[in-house]
Amino acid sequence: MAKTTIDLPQVGETTTEGTIQKWLKKPGDKIAKYDPLVEVETDKVTMEVPSPMNGTLGSILVEEGSTVAMGAPICEMETEDAVSLSPATEVTSHDKTTIPSPQEERTSQPTPNTVGGLIEQKGELFGLFGMGPASDTATSNEEVARKDQVEASSSNTSTSSQGSRNIRLSPVVQKLAAEHDISFDELSNLNGSGLSGRVTKIDLLKYIEKRTTEPTRSIVDLTPQDTAQPRQDETKVPLSNIRRRIAENMTRALEIPVAWSLTEVDVTGMVNLRQRVKEEFKRQEGIDLPYLPFAVQAVVQAIKENPLVNSRWGSDHIALLHRVNIGIAVAASKGLVVPVIHNADQYSVAGLARAISEVVQRAREDKLRLEDVQGGTFTFNNTGALGTVASQPIINHPQVAILTTEAIVKRPVVIGEGIFIRSMMNVCLSFDHRVMDGNDSVSFLQNVKRRLEAIDDRTIIY
Amino acid sequence: MAEKVLIQAIREAMLEEMHRDPSVFLMGEDVAARGGVFLATEGFLDEFGEQRVIDTPLAEASIVGVAVGAALNGMRPIAEIQFSDFIWPVVNQLTGEAARIRYGTNGTVGCPLVVRAPYGGGVRGGLYHSQSPEGFFFHTPGLKVLCPATPYDAKGLLKAAIRDDDPCLFLEHKRTYRQARGDVPDEDYTIPIGVADIKRAGNMITVVSYGLMMHYSLQAAEILQQEGISVEVVDLRSVKPIDRDTVVSSVTKTGKVLIVHEDNLTGGVGSEVAAIIAEDAFTELDAPIKRLCGPDVPAMGFAPTLEDAFMPNPEKIAASLRELAAY
Repeated sequence: MAKTTIDLPQVGETTTEGTIQKWLKKPGDKIAKYDPLVEVETDKVTMEVPSPMNGTLGSILVEEGSTVAMGAPICEMETEDAVSLSPATEVTSHDKTTIPSPQEERTSQPTPNTVGGLIEQKGELFGLFGMGPASDTATSNEEVARKDQVEASSSNTSTSSQGSRNIRLSPVVQKLAAEHDISFDELSNLNGSGLSGRVTKIDLLKYIEKRTTEPTRSIVDLTPQDTAQPRQDETKVPLSNIRRRIAENMTRALEIPVAWSLTEVDVTGMVNLRQRVKEEFKRQEGIDLPYLPFAVQAVVQAIKENPLVNSRWGSDHIALLHRVNIGIAVAASKGLVVPVIHNADQYSVAGLARAISEVVQRAREDKLRLEDVQGGTFTFNNTGALGTVASQPIINHPQVAILTTEAIVKRPVVIGEGIFIRSMMNVCLSFDHRVMDGNDSVSFLQNVKRRLEAIDDRTIIY
Repeated sequence: MAEKVLIQAIREAMLEEMHRDPSVFLMGEDVAARGGVFLATEGFLDEFGEQRVIDTPLAEASIVGVAVGAALNGMRPIAEIQFSDFIWPVVNQLTGEAARIRYGTNGTVGCPLVVRAPYGGGVRGGLYHSQSPEGFFFHTPGLKVLCPATPYDAKGLLKAAIRDDDPCLFLEHKRTYRQARGDVPDEDYTIPIGVADIKRAGNMITVVSYGLMMHYSLQAAEILQQEGISVEVVDLRSVKPIDRDTVVSSVTKTGKVLIVHEDNLTGGVGSEVAAIIAEDAFTELDAPIKRLCGPDVPAMGFAPTLEDAFMPNPEKIAASLRELAAY
């Protein structure tokens, strides 16, 4: 029997911790791989974590109700045989061929300094770290000399050109950094073990591993304060996961230099169209036809012609995103959630109506799936539903823009030489001024406006 | 399974194939009465007779020219070039004729010919018994070039070459003849041409090599293991065609690669391997592709100092690997 710890798996790219809601198994229970093991609540979803292996549940390390970081050990599992190791070396040839050499044949047992013990529970990635402990304790002259050289050259760098550190990135390091969303700044701050302090593939893999096992430092201070003497004139409301998450996201948005634009749109055509088809739509589709899908479609189409709006700030570049995944802000019972319509550019108005209806339903019922809350590239907030006529939304980091549609109100409007009663709606956009200028934002909003004003009785919704 | 040296494996492969297929026959300098200068064919004359084991004049172009003719007439000749250093008169017969027959007949006619040639240095052979000719021949479409390192691979690949319907150049490193030892099964088997083999698994640096240098690379990998650096050794076995997939997947795993061969650096097999990696695994690289090869001087000086300077060895390979590990 071998004992292995099971870690809380990483879910979602930004989730950092989860609360153990309910253990579905007791210590001593026989467990098959993929059996539901424990129910975990994160700021985004509640999910069942399946067992990654066959075995018997040993001790539970995290009690129900406790919150732990992603990657933290949550229980122990006893397995029939040891998790098979991937030792750094094994001879795989069909025949054992040797050729006499000055060197005596050596056994291929890993030295005590290498991976042997470490790999056991962490799997293959740790195999790469074999060199870590070994080289730390290396005492050969060459090794020491090399380290001195590295230190000397890196201190040179820091004195001669502080701030503009010239860093060399190998192709695989660049690729891994992009895959794991590691910024150029983060890479520059890593202490590489390679030549002249270069960040090697192994350094980066170590960093990625560390980053996922250690929770990122929380922006919101969660350390309990003056617990000894609770004040009489206030009531403390503990932060729910979702409240904390919102607070963190909003605080993070502070680093974005935000600018704001507003334009007014004559949506009389859209109002008339919806008025005409909504009952038939409800009968056929079983769901309401709100204004929202019309507006979302106009926004998505405008994004296609203004790709900067659908991008991400990357310190030394701007990443234009090929997919258009629209987050829709929803006021759920626990607080604000932003479920995502993936590939929103692939839908008709009717398709959007259904997709939005389903995802909003799940949000309200607290049944969002993981994919519902991942991968948003642009956020849409229909603040008008609350009755506002102008809002200044905060950008959903790391996106670069967020749009609101405001209440539709009937107003007298001058058209040509006459005054008409028209249905008017304001559209507001907050955007990251590092990525876009006022000109970009206005041409995007004008595009949205043109599309919304073009809706009339002939507009096809399927 | 019995442990054998490489020359025994070669000998067994020919013996078994000649028993299996009466169209297989041998020709070359001293292959019959003398049994071959390395005794690969000792006793073959008595066993198969002078119709199938033929001593030839010292005329390499004729040896392979006659073999091409026999192959076109339904035979499966094994032509031996006593030392690969004497192969240059054969270039026209091999690359100008044999290798082009399949293409020139719109795929209908093959030339099932094996040219065996001992090659390589490290035996104090001087200018005429040390050369590595694979760099010239692996450029040629239609010709397969095989450089096995172990007895197991040598036997399986030689059998595959004899059974192949197109011409194969089969290169045997002289220094491995009696020094490369390994288990060779008694039962009949072949090794597919164009498939590399991972002779040692590791995860920090890949070495791509073949022939004697593959053994030296294994020894260097063993040294590096003691220093905490895990090295994977890919044995190409066939240098034409090269097994792209195995090379690329190994480099994808490690991110760093050292290519080792004894043949001259410029325009050698290593240049092609480097190009393949640059084409197919660029985004996996964590260091520049590195080569450790024979220098661009004729192989090889007779003076021991010159020969030692020419030949890569486990210490030189280990030093290159340390540089790559530190990069």
